[in-house]
Amino acid sequence: MKGLQRDIALLAIIAAIALAVGARAPVFLSWRNALDIGNDSAILAILVMGQIPVLLTRGIDLSAASNLALTGMLCALAGRAMPELGIGALVLLALAAGTALGLLNGWLVTAFELPPIVVTLGTMSAYRGAIFVASQGAWISDHQIHPLIKGLPREQWLGLPALMWIAAAVVLAMAVFLRWRREGRELYALGGNPQAAAYVGIPLRRRLLLVYALSGALAGLAGLLWVGRYAIAFTELASGYELTVVAACVIGGVSIGGGVGSVAGAVLGVLFIGVVNGALPVIQVSPFWQQAIAGVVILVSVALNAGAQRQRGRPILERREGFA
Amino acid sequence: MMNAFGMWERLLLGLLVLLLAGFGVGIDGFFTPYALSDSTFNFSEKGLLALAMALLIVAGEIDLSIAATLALCSLAMGLAMKAGAGLPLMLLAAFATGAAAGALNGWLVTAWRLPSIVVTIGSLSLYRGIALVALGDQAITGYPAPLSVLGNGYLGDLVGLPWLIVPIEFAVLLAMAIAVGVLLHRTVAGRRLYAIGANPVASRFSGIEVDRHRFALFVFAGLVAALAAVLLTGRIGSTRPNIALGWELDAVTMVILGGVAIEGGRGSIVGVLLAVLLLGVFTFALGMANVSGIVMAMIVGVLLIVAMVLPRLLRGRRVLLAGA
Repeated sequence: MKGLQRDIALLAIIAAIALAVGARAPVFLSWRNALDIGNDSAILAILVMGQIPVLLTRGIDLSAASNLALTGMLCALAGRAMPELGIGALVLLALAAGTALGLLNGWLVTAFELPPIVVTLGTMSAYRGAIFVASQGAWISDHQIHPLIKGLPREQWLGLPALMWIAAAVVLAMAVFLRWRREGRELYALGGNPQAAAYVGIPLRRRLLLVYALSGALAGLAGLLWVGRYAIAFTELASGYELTVVAACVIGGVSIGGGVGSVAGAVLGVLFIGVVNGALPVIQVSPFWQQAIAGVVILVSVALNAGAQRQRGRPILERREGFA
Repeated sequence: MMNAFGMWERLLLGLLVLLLAGFGVGIDGFFTPYALSDSTFNFSEKGLLALAMALLIVAGEIDLSIAATLALCSLAMGLAMKAGAGLPLMLLAAFATGAAAGALNGWLVTAWRLPSIVVTIGSLSLYRGIALVALGDQAITGYPAPLSVLGNGYLGDLVGLPWLIVPIEFAVLLAMAIAVGVLLHRTVAGRRLYAIGANPVASRFSGIEVDRHRFALFVFAGLVAALAAVLLTGRIGSTRPNIALGWELDAVTMVILGGVAIEGGRGSIVGVLLAVLLLGVFTFALGMANVSGIVMAMIVGVLLIVAMVLPRLLRGRRVLLAGA
């Protein structure tokens, strides 16, 4: 299996980086640091799980980070206005708000047959602006954030942070969905050949709505966790993080051209980014390097993906006449 | 559909006249020659980016790294100045950097057969990242006076006609629009860009060097970004890592609002220029009405989506879901 070989190679690269950094700074290989990296990667992993199904259908969701920030802000505002809310209600609010924002993307993509890249580019700034409108530009800082929102990511279950448990549950659910559920398998068919998928009776519109709703719901959940973890909500929260999400997917072997990608690979992509970002301060490289490194890694992995599956590379801005 | 002045262009022109009249009545001091000429400073550089983006999108490509390229070119100018270079050498540095950044995009797209959307997401991250690494949280200032004249001066002062209060930047935009318009609508090369955008495979079979045209377009986009960098750096007199952050979205919005089809093969430069003026006047008026930048970005995002939805509603919806 080609995908498996790729995953093993990526795992070897991650291990090599970790060992090399550990050789220079032994603290990097400690359990505590591993927990830190796991905690830092948990939210990214949740967002990546939302992005995979979208990418499988040849789409992309660039509004994920704005959705995260808007939902996070809404939860923070709701928590401030109604201190009596329980954690269940807050999680429900996050999922509902995120799903609604995701469904709006899905509706625009399916009802008007618009390219997802441009739709989500538009909603990316629309959602970002909506945060400013909702909060009137103010920051919601530590003491104003509902204690239950702050408590959730900090809880320890069975000796591991709750954040990691939640991420693990999401990863497991997505793996089951994509591997064993019919709807999940249909996404691969849809991305591999939309026309053929339509002929065999896969409901394209419904599946597309589903993937954008899923991406939105997970972005919403990530928003609640992000606001809780960093105990702050403001307009520019997680600004530009959508690129990190796409980077993790591409590094993990999820093809932007659709139809190719696995949960395991994407998790390794998340881990790669987590280890690199965790390593930079340890070997005293300025964190300003993060973005440039992410750029190089995206370009190299896309080129490698294309080399491995040369005839599969497809433009995301599909020409229409092939389908009409 | 290669018509330079069709129904969409007339609609835009009507809207522009309405908008000018509306703001002229509604906002005090809007309809004076000085306010109108000064309003062009806001969008001249963005308009330049939009012209290059229009050519790319007509040919079925996109360059999301164009604003990051601008930042890189501005950085190159700043570094050249710090190294003791005079103005000609600084300009050379900017244009060489722009050409190189565009060439890297073009090479990845043509030689590796990668979708331009992914390549330029990666290079966006890379170019912006390099600017961040080089500048950190610092800024480069102290640019020579002639550069400031280029960015802030008026054409009339340059040629000795004080009544001619057209900003140099706006004159550059108009000249470029005419040049690009003639190229696209009146030359064989322009006609080929439409063919490539409509059907690259058929274009290749009919003897058009598709990849050579694509490569040239990306280099052209880099050069235009350099030109915009020279003007913008001159106007604001400094280089920061976040210079022109997010302008790629504005440029894409101008192009789509101008009636260029996102899937390629359709659109006109007249429409794009009208959209540039329309958005420019609109944001200038919002600025006069004290609307904050992030809310303007939100409105631009919504406009982008509306501009895509409208023509589809006008043309009537298709039955089969095409191309996702």
